Amino acid sequence: MPVTTIDGHEIHVDDEGFMTVYDEWDETLAKSLAAAIGVEMNDEAWAAIRFMRTDFKAQDDVTPTLRRVSTAGGFETKKLFELFPKKPAKKMAYIAGLPKPKGCV
Amino acid sequence: MTATQEAFVPKFDDDENEGRKLAIICSKGNLDMAYPGLILANAALGEGVETHLFFTFWGFDMIIKSRMNDLKFSPAGNTAMHMPVGDVRIPQALAPLPGMQPMATHMLKKQIADLGVPEVPDFLEHIVASGGHLWACRMSADMNHVDMDDLVDGVEAIINASDFIELTDGAQLLFI
Repeated sequence: MPVTTIDGHEIHVDDEGFMTVYDEWDETLAKSLAAAIGVEMNDEAWAAIRFMRTDFKAQDDVTPTLRRVSTAGGFETKKLFELFPKKPAKKMAYIAGLPKPKGCV
Repeated sequence: MTATQEAFVPKFDDDENEGRKLAIICSKGNLDMAYPGLILANAALGEGVETHLFFTFWGFDMIIKSRMNDLKFSPAGNTAMHMPVGDVRIPQALAPLPGMQPMATHMLKKQIADLGVPEVPDFLEHIVASGGHLWACRMSADMNHVDMDDLVDGVEAIINASDFIELTDGAQLLFI
């Protein structure tokens, strides 16, 4: 399992660069992760990321899909595409320090 | 454990899909055959691919407001229809019996809902919110005697086959 350093934070990642250790994450790191993939964080983006973190634990370590963020989290799909352009589900998972979502929908 | 020198960040390759287009022709109106197109469209949109769905023939039922909530699934003619548990097939002689279609439809809807997958109208709404484009087939509209008022809100226009061909220039195409 590779280890990489993002903005001074040493983290364990998978082959693609997604974090593998839930507890290595904090919001300072999330800011660096977002910056690394060119996402600007605002209050709404933070709310979505925090939902991702909470829901992952609540669902026994399952990364929520975009659909779930919208239905269970109450975030508008359209908004999520604006906040995390093109690939919202993967980008949110990355910034939240979670594995890529596995579900199809 | 290996340590990498530079920051190792996933390659989202946002620009790599630039110009990639997917066109999906939905021509079936059975509940089970409504889903493949919707699921693939949703996946493509989530990967940043421009996606167009064209509803034609029986697939037109997916976008007619008065029919879209009530798509059916029948085990008749489907030899891959199994009992919920195990590999037991439903005999084809029983498939057309009264009650089989509602039961099969109910079962399929439940299985789909259990996976957190939305029903067809909600799914279409989700696809539109994700930036997907819905198009209705002119000939099917004429055959069904419907116009835009009868179609679900997300449909952008009723277009003919040549419009669709023009619109999907350079697109990858799926016929379902």
